[in-house]
Amino acid sequence: MRMPRLAGDGVWRWLSGACVALSLLAVVALLALVVTRGLAHFWPDDIEQLTLDNGERIAGIARDSEAGERRYFTANRDLDGQVWQWIETQAIETRETPPDLLYAERRDWGPFIGRLTAVDTSAGERLQGDEAERHLRQALAGNAEITTLHLRNVEGRAAEVAFAQVASLSWPNRMDVGDKLAAWGHGVWRFLSEAPSDGNTAGGVWPAIFGTLLMVMLMSLVVTPFGVLAALYLNEVARQGPLTRLVRIAVRNLAGVPSIVYGVFGLGVFVYGLGGRLDSWFFAERLPSPTFGTGGLLWASLTLALLTLPVVIVATEEGLARVPVALREGSLALGATRFETLRRVVVPMALPSMLTGVILAVARAAGEVVPLMLVGVAKLAPEIPVDGEFPYLHLDSKFMHLGYHLFDLGFASRDAEAAMPLVFATATLLVVVIVVLNLTAIILRHHLRARHRALEHS
Amino acid sequence: MSAASFSAAETQRLSSAVVDFPSTSSCFDIEALSLAYEGKPALRDLTLRVPRHRVTAFIGPSGCGKSTLLRGLNRLHDLNDQVTRQGCIRLEGQDIHARDVDVAELRRRVGMVFQTPNPFPMSIYENVAYGVRLQGIKRKRELDEIVEWALQSAALWEEVKADLHASAWTLSGGQQQRLVIARTLAVRPDVLLLDEPASALDPISTLKIEELIRGLKSQLTLVLVTHNMQQAARVSDYTAFLHAGELVEYAPTDTLFTNPRLRRTEDYITGRVG
Repeated sequence: MRMPRLAGDGVWRWLSGACVALSLLAVVALLALVVTRGLAHFWPDDIEQLTLDNGERIAGIARDSEAGERRYFTANRDLDGQVWQWIETQAIETRETPPDLLYAERRDWGPFIGRLTAVDTSAGERLQGDEAERHLRQALAGNAEITTLHLRNVEGRAAEVAFAQVASLSWPNRMDVGDKLAAWGHGVWRFLSEAPSDGNTAGGVWPAIFGTLLMVMLMSLVVTPFGVLAALYLNEVARQGPLTRLVRIAVRNLAGVPSIVYGVFGLGVFVYGLGGRLDSWFFAERLPSPTFGTGGLLWASLTLALLTLPVVIVATEEGLARVPVALREGSLALGATRFETLRRVVVPMALPSMLTGVILAVARAAGEVVPLMLVGVAKLAPEIPVDGEFPYLHLDSKFMHLGYHLFDLGFASRDAEAAMPLVFATATLLVVVIVVLNLTAIILRHHLRARHRALEHS
Repeated sequence: MSAASFSAAETQRLSSAVVDFPSTSSCFDIEALSLAYEGKPALRDLTLRVPRHRVTAFIGPSGCGKSTLLRGLNRLHDLNDQVTRQGCIRLEGQDIHARDVDVAELRRRVGMVFQTPNPFPMSIYENVAYGVRLQGIKRKRELDEIVEWALQSAALWEEVKADLHASAWTLSGGQQQRLVIARTLAVRPDVLLLDEPASALDPISTLKIEELIRGLKSQLTLVLVTHNMQQAARVSDYTAFLHAGELVEYAPTDTLFTNPRLRRTEDYITGRVG
């Protein structure tokens, strides 16, 4: 039986609407998950002290619970050999949040949860009790010097920590919301501005942010002129025929080549081929240790430039094709040469499309990880590739990348479980970096478009 | 009544004999011109002279080749690889296809206004200054003078002088077309080709453009393509009627419209065939 025509209309509308809603929901859910879990990591949660029915005492931060069980992050890897503990809720006799429990992040062995017993000052004095705490607070603010902290866990076992090993220290149970907010802000800032420590599971991601941005910028610098000139040739110079059509199809298909293939190509051609040649010509004295003959910033940027080239070419070509023939002819009819027409009429009008191409290229490049693993990304390269030493920008150096850091944190680190919140935080950051990069380009494009606003209306 | 009832030889004999003026006063000399798109003939063996400082109109049904002929006069066909040409066009006695001809300079001398207004996405001022700048004139004062002169010549100055830096796209269709004429006049062409310049405009704008065309012939030679026979009758001094790529009849406009020599022309201008 045929559906009534109007009913078909309605179904079609609902179906397409539902698909849009579903897509939106997926995006929102993804962002919400990543952002909330990422940002929550920096919130100083209360530390609970539990007394179990067998008399055991445990201090930790409640993370998640399943039927009848709750998981605590108990830290103190050096004392317990583990940082997570599942506790049966029935076994818990008391739950309290004593104000003197502290949470210290150490550069080795991960965080410590426990109490302060004493501090050693640089003068060799040992201070105890309230005085120790007062002195510690001064030291944290930078007004006093301490060599060693004497801590003990809730069961009384002692641990010594050199003050230099302490990345941060707080008493979360004493903090009000304002303090926690400040501590949260501080935590976020440290994450953004510090280098990773403790096998990447602590500290910040600044070198990775910098590496990602720098690599994307270098890549844009390479891909934009190449892509635009190639598109200009294909669209404006080359005789339109079967050959140009073939080239066009090839370029479009290049965009579909898996990125690992580009990685292999980069490794073979750039790193071993070009890099090896450069080394034997200019850095022979350092051989066999390679200078350019190993993965690095330059080769990674070039590989990604190659990967994103089709995107720029296709977008530019579309922009060029959209410039009306009437305007080209109008310019030529005024005595302009083809080059003058191109420079003064065609290219200015196609500029927004070229920028769209670059935006798409940047978005793709910033998120691409796989080829980088072959051509220069490093698990840990705390030194950023720009410094005060000639040639200031070190194109041969390895670099860190947010995407790879994410992979490393989540799947290659010592304690993937503990690093999980950092995975989310890094993922959030990666999304933010890409959004910021895109916004910059979009704003730039908007400014250009304002000049050609009328074109958009016609 | 069909066009085929006339032999090519007869047409040739009739058309070549009609327009007579001293060869020293001809602007374009078109000799045995044939053009083909992708091998399909668009103009066949066309011979005609365009007089200097007069308005010459090409009329004929759609697809008769009148626009093709016009675009041949400033070598716009060069852009299309698919166009092949035979025959010769001379501008002021010089073959425009000769090797030593600078196409850009030819196109400056032979300006063109298109069917739909095509101002560049720039300000009114920049549109007019565009071609002038290409000639290497960069001094602000000189540019200002030329822009004002050109806009006045195109009867647009009074309407736009308040805001020369507004986008050209904000103008009405008729104003845009006059802007395009001003832009073309600014590079001081010898010839102005107009390809149905008023077909996209309202009657009042059309009237303005026609006045402009009549006023301009003291300065330069105009060639007008139109499908509007009243327009051809109103503004042109000479009219050529083309059909299926051939020149059917070419005569002073008065003669052609009042006393056509061929039945085919009469049928077309009275609207019986078209």
